Amino acid sequence: MTSQAELDTPAARVLTMVQAIHEALDIALGTDDRVFELGEDIQDPMGGGFKVHVGLSTKYGLDRVRPTPITEQAIMGAAIGAAITGMRPVPEIMLMNFMAVCADQLINHAAKLRYMSGGQTNVPITVRTVTGAGGGFGAQHSDMLEGPLVHTPGLKVVVPSVPADAKGLLLSSIFDDDPVVFIEMHHLYYAVSGPVPEGDYRIPLGTARVARPGTDVTLISWGRQVHDCVAVAEDLAADGISAEVLDLRSLVPLDTDAVLGSVARTRRAVIVHEAVRRNGYGAELAATISEELFGQLAAPVRRVASANTPVPYAKPLELAYMPSRARIEATVRDSVG
Amino acid sequence: MTTVQTRVAPEVLVRIFTVASKIKLYDEAYRTAIRSGKVGGMYYSPRGQEIIPASFAAVLRPDDYVLTTYRGIHDQIAKGVPLPTLTAEFFGKASGSCKGKGGPMHVTDVASGLILTTGVVGSGLPIAVGVGLSAQLRKSGQVAVVSFGDGAANIGAFHEALNLASLWRLPVVFTCQNNQYAEYTAYSIGTSVDQVAKRAASYSMRAIHVDGNDPEAMYQAARTAVDAARAGDGPTLIEAVTYRFNGHAMGDSMPYMPKEELAAAMQADPVLRLRADLIGAGTLSEEQAAAIEEELRSEIDAAFEYAIAAPLPDPAASTADVYAEGAAL
Repeated sequence: MTSQAELDTPAARVLTMVQAIHEALDIALGTDDRVFELGEDIQDPMGGGFKVHVGLSTKYGLDRVRPTPITEQAIMGAAIGAAITGMRPVPEIMLMNFMAVCADQLINHAAKLRYMSGGQTNVPITVRTVTGAGGGFGAQHSDMLEGPLVHTPGLKVVVPSVPADAKGLLLSSIFDDDPVVFIEMHHLYYAVSGPVPEGDYRIPLGTARVARPGTDVTLISWGRQVHDCVAVAEDLAADGISAEVLDLRSLVPLDTDAVLGSVARTRRAVIVHEAVRRNGYGAELAATISEELFGQLAAPVRRVASANTPVPYAKPLELAYMPSRARIEATVRDSVG
Repeated sequence: MTTVQTRVAPEVLVRIFTVASKIKLYDEAYRTAIRSGKVGGMYYSPRGQEIIPASFAAVLRPDDYVLTTYRGIHDQIAKGVPLPTLTAEFFGKASGSCKGKGGPMHVTDVASGLILTTGVVGSGLPIAVGVGLSAQLRKSGQVAVVSFGDGAANIGAFHEALNLASLWRLPVVFTCQNNQYAEYTAYSIGTSVDQVAKRAASYSMRAIHVDGNDPEAMYQAARTAVDAARAGDGPTLIEAVTYRFNGHAMGDSMPYMPKEELAAAMQADPVLRLRADLIGAGTLSEEQAAAIEEELRSEIDAAFEYAIAAPLPDPAASTADVYAEGAAL
């Protein structure tokens, strides 16, 4: 596990998520000629719908920061074909819901080509994609779809919550030999800033981070909801409840030791995620905790997740859909009560 | 559309005949093996389509790439995938090309440049775009040839791939082996144009419509497209018209294929026709042709013997190769 303190070095500056991700892309492009980006609108002057790529096509050229038409199947297929012949592509799927458009390439090909070829063809792609509810984008532009991805052997799935992690995890992903889906939650892009070390550093995939230590209950989360969990934990501390918040950072590979170690100490677990509750990754985590720690738990494993509906548009509906801090707090109180 | 006239050298035609015969004889041996119960029945016979990949074999460099589909044994043989390990893969053996993890629909053999076999219609085309892009970025001079059937011309991936390959002038040859049937459905039931090649115009792409069973025309088509790709002149869509002798999959009773049409196609067997033409032209004697076939039979027999004797995979191997680190996560 890497703690925030380790990253909080003198060389660290305060950056937003977008700046940290941009810096990782810049370093990767500058480090290795095999790395190239491809995606919609990523060229200057726009530099992508969320400005992640601003300046990169000017610095590295349009061959390596390669604008594509709106053509998700071909973006993903082109990335896969380049990857199995020696390149390290970083395709961007503008919004995560559009991954459904190229699911064949991702699920039937990227995830499986290494296995089906008996290990001959690695697929070292890092698919960056953006999503998240709460922005008023409605049902087709907001889903957290990590569930089907973690259910697909062959893929790795990463969801950063803070800028330093985003940079270190993205660099690890790009130089990983397996296909990684790197999920960026746009809510965090500009809302979250933090210290980010200079230069090239890698945070190993499969290492969780203790976002807040505690002793009475373990809140397990990733992405945006890590911040909600920390906020709730701070509030609960006033009532004498000591909640540990574990930020998984990567869902596959999963830091099982960190999950089980923390829950074994606290004897209580609450899993919080933005994806819908039914068959969400929380169900898998709850099952694993129950299988491994049955008899040691002081309370049933709880889940706080979005409702089993499409993401609604109107603000009150959207807020009702998502896991709120109030719902997290009530669930934690129920768990420790 | 481009048409080509130049005569093809006799030794090239002999090379095409040899590769086509290898495919034909292998296919016959494989279907015999299925009938005798030596191997399971998942098999998509390419019989009737041999001339197309055999022509490419006379054009491509060893380090060029070929991508194919579940009906791909002809492309795999023509690209030079070693027959013993290829056959062992089909038989699900540990020493198969892919350790028995891919099977007939998912053969890869990196050493011979057979970089992908997909079981999903049309999905190889976008990946070929990436293979061509990689060659272009690496300035390697390699060409990617992707084979697919006429059925693939109607799926979105085809159109996205052609657009991007043309836009980026990639060294890709899109080869539609139009065998007249998309699974169990005739071409005209599912395709809005009378020739797939016409669709290239929508993407400002070079198109060649060719009789895929005519080795001279097919060789010229392959030569034209591959040379253009290698020279930086971008992709080509070749529509090679052919016919499938054995239906979609093994056991297909072919009720949807007119009997007279099938009989006429088999009567015009392109491999036997090339053999007769080579003998008629004095390029090969009957004895020489028979000697080529005999040698191929020996090679094929040896491959089947190897595959039958090869050990099955250790069940413990099922969790390896999912990720580069080895074990499943």
